[in-house]
Amino acid sequence: MWKYILNRLLISIPILLCVTFLVFVLLNVVPGDPVALMMKEKVSADVVARVRAQMHLDDPWIIRYFRFLWGLLHGDLGTSYKLQRSVTDLILQAFPRTMVLAFSAALVSWIVGIPAGILSAIRQYSVTDYFFMGFSLAGVSMPVFWSALLFQYVFALKLGWLPVSGFYGWQYVIMPAVVLGWSSAGLIARLTRSSLLDVMRNDYIRTARSKGARELAVITGHALKNALLPVVTIMAIQVASLLSGAVITESVFGIPGVGRIAVDAIKSRDMPLLQGSVLFATILVIIGNLVADILYSFLDPRIRLER
Amino acid sequence: MQDNLLKIKGLRTYFFTRKGIVKAVDGVDIEAKRGKFTALVGESGCGKSVTGLSIMGLIPSSIGKIVDGEIIFEDKDLTKLSYKEMADLRGRDISMIFQEPMTSLNPVLTIGRQVGEPLRIHSSLSSEEIQERVLSILEMVGIPEPRSRLKSYPHQLSGGMRQRVMIAMAMICQPKLLIADEPTTALDVTIQAQILDLMLNLMKKINTSIILITHDLGVVAEVCDDVNVMYAGNIVEKGDVFKIFDKPSHPYTWGLLRSIPRVKNRSRVRRLYTIKGMVPSLLDPPLGCRFADRCDRASDICRKKEPPFNSIEEGHLVKCWLFA
Amino acid sequence: MEKETIFDDVIRAFKENKTALFGLIVVVILIVLAVFAPYVTPYDPYEMDLNNRFLKPSLEHWFGTDMFGRDLFTRVIYGARISLAIGLIPSLIAVSIGAILGVISGYVGGRLGYWVMRMADVVMAFPSLLLAIVVMYTLGATLFNLFIALSVVGWAGAARVVRSQVLSIKEKEFIEAAKAIGVKDLKIMAKHVFPNCLPSLMVLFTMNIPDAILSEASLSFLGVGAQPPTPSWGLLVSNGKEFLFSAPWVAILPGVAIFITVLAFNFIGDGLRDAIDPYLKG
Repeated sequence: MWKYILNRLLISIPILLCVTFLVFVLLNVVPGDPVALMMKEKVSADVVARVRAQMHLDDPWIIRYFRFLWGLLHGDLGTSYKLQRSVTDLILQAFPRTMVLAFSAALVSWIVGIPAGILSAIRQYSVTDYFFMGFSLAGVSMPVFWSALLFQYVFALKLGWLPVSGFYGWQYVIMPAVVLGWSSAGLIARLTRSSLLDVMRNDYIRTARSKGARELAVITGHALKNALLPVVTIMAIQVASLLSGAVITESVFGIPGVGRIAVDAIKSRDMPLLQGSVLFATILVIIGNLVADILYSFLDPRIRLER
Repeated sequence: MQDNLLKIKGLRTYFFTRKGIVKAVDGVDIEAKRGKFTALVGESGCGKSVTGLSIMGLIPSSIGKIVDGEIIFEDKDLTKLSYKEMADLRGRDISMIFQEPMTSLNPVLTIGRQVGEPLRIHSSLSSEEIQERVLSILEMVGIPEPRSRLKSYPHQLSGGMRQRVMIAMAMICQPKLLIADEPTTALDVTIQAQILDLMLNLMKKINTSIILITHDLGVVAEVCDDVNVMYAGNIVEKGDVFKIFDKPSHPYTWGLLRSIPRVKNRSRVRRLYTIKGMVPSLLDPPLGCRFADRCDRASDICRKKEPPFNSIEEGHLVKCWLFA
Repeated sequence: MEKETIFDDVIRAFKENKTALFGLIVVVILIVLAVFAPYVTPYDPYEMDLNNRFLKPSLEHWFGTDMFGRDLFTRVIYGARISLAIGLIPSLIAVSIGAILGVISGYVGGRLGYWVMRMADVVMAFPSLLLAIVVMYTLGATLFNLFIALSVVGWAGAARVVRSQVLSIKEKEFIEAAKAIGVKDLKIMAKHVFPNCLPSLMVLFTMNIPDAILSEASLSFLGVGAQPPTPSWGLLVSNGKEFLFSAPWVAILPGVAIFITVLAFNFIGDGLRDAIDPYLKG
């Protein structure tokens, strides 16, 4: 198992490097001189000069990349053009809000999704199955920005039960968590169902029955342990992906998290901020994938104990 | 007449598929005597595994069911039992072992847990007592260092070991009947012999009767007491093993025996004998004798009417018009 | 026994799965509406009529009018063109590129195969929406660039799936047999490996479409995709956002269109997958 984990860790590092490289090139090199871009926005001359000097823009881009990388290793993601603050600070300030949203949404999706998937699989082709799968499919097919607006319309504007947007207390998290959670729950439910159905087709389930195990024991004692393995890894990846900033949800509900920062950055062409938030998010996703892999190798005895 | 532990009468198990009804087992009578080693022989697809699963009540209800017949075990008709009543018997009085030991064992549960499970289900022994029994049965089936194996997982054992584990699991409650569905097909020939020996030993020690489902006539000749030859969902010949091998009567049985390649005279290159033709579709079985198409000695009546069972000698029956 | 090809499976999928069939019908209707948009809609999607702003849905304006007095139903129908195009084209490109790279990586293997997979890993490391945002920033926010962005984001997943398929097919004995007879590698790839990947490619393609549609809608909603006055559905919802309380239909109805379209494609994708998967499992 440790060999496997080490292997995954080692692969992650070059991937991380390539990611930083790709982001840097896409945002700094390809669009051309950021100052020239800013000039399109009619920025004053001394700002231009300051930025130029600050960014050492007269250096070849490879040097700039390594300088950027160096800064990255020290936690320095540059300075926001618009807000004139350290990008790292802005992100770290916004992240806790994203965390609250992410974990709430994840919780919703697991509490709803996993039982739904299990019940659907056990009662395949029944009303329960169609209901839950319909619910899940809807969750996966609805654009989050639309369901967000729908919820806002019904629960905030028409019924007045919940606040429309903002982030000033726990009531503000309910709608975003549900909206975000619904689509995640849909994914989890579908995966759980198909995984369980797959597992139930295996020979060892027949063996369990041949020993005289009752159906409930077969499902809980034999099937679930196998079926939930892939689900658990998806859960880990999901958390990471939620943490990387639910861009749309934060936008619509006015939650000042990492996703919102990215959107604002692109609107104001604030390249360092966009760069920083995208990198932050991606690093989180990579870590999440790593955690998922490690979790899997830990839970599956076939990998944990290599012959 | 010896005591029949299991008596199957007129069993019909059908599968309901998109393409039609597959009559996998279509009128089968089998008697398994107490203390005896009964064989159910036939090629792939003849319905022998389905027969075994029917006895155990393990036919998945979504695709198949026993539509007719009785399966009398001691004095109960298994086809009439509820799920719960059948589950009580499984693992405790009737056990089954399967062909593929790798896929038949749960990869994420330990050997100790899986072997001990029948005891947990059917008895009220404490976990220490269960563990003791597990260790003793593992030893009995020939697993070296059983104590360290308790925490092992199936993927850590070899094929032969896994099959021994399956046997241990099936025997731990000392069942009266063991159904072995091609237990050695997936194993090496040398291991095969060991497993068969093991089964014979256990049979004597624990007083279990065995039904062996196989396609291997060699194995049948070696260890079995009674033979039932199955073809396309029917039993075509049955009886005492010596009598069957001494006087194989049904053309199919005869064909099976002739198909065993023999290396008698190496200088003469001989063509391998095969039974001409193909197994009929079980979706739409032919009227009359199902072997008629492939039979050298078929006549008109064979194709029109299903032959009855005829007695060749005491304890030897054939389903063929040639002996009517 | 007749030889069953993959097309028989596809047809069977739709015959048996009523929801998949329903999805197909909806998609066909949408395509027809989109293609014949000018004939189906009485109004011009760009023409403003400031005297008739925010009209509620009625017989003259089935979906009402928006903040510039434009007929919403017309704009939604024209928007279907965008959504369908953005659903189908980038998915096709992404799956094609992914398939080619996947087959090469899986079959040829070696250094080339390894590096192709590493590239795919890098692309897949990004949360897809953010990668699309970055690409849009780089290229500039237009609808055309969106096609490029979505293709770039989509190929990696396809490559990975195809590669693992190829690897498992490679091990199969009939490939060894072909090699033993002396069939050349390229021919093996084309005649044996690739056709066996087709089922999963089809499923991959149809499952990619809803993602592409949602991504475009999301990106346009955020303002980094299609630009006004293009009637992209995402943009329509975004436009209506501010008037949610006073004129909810402006934001909500285009969203219904997105929902129904994506749902229909998901029905088709699920149906195909259910029919083809057992085929894969053999």
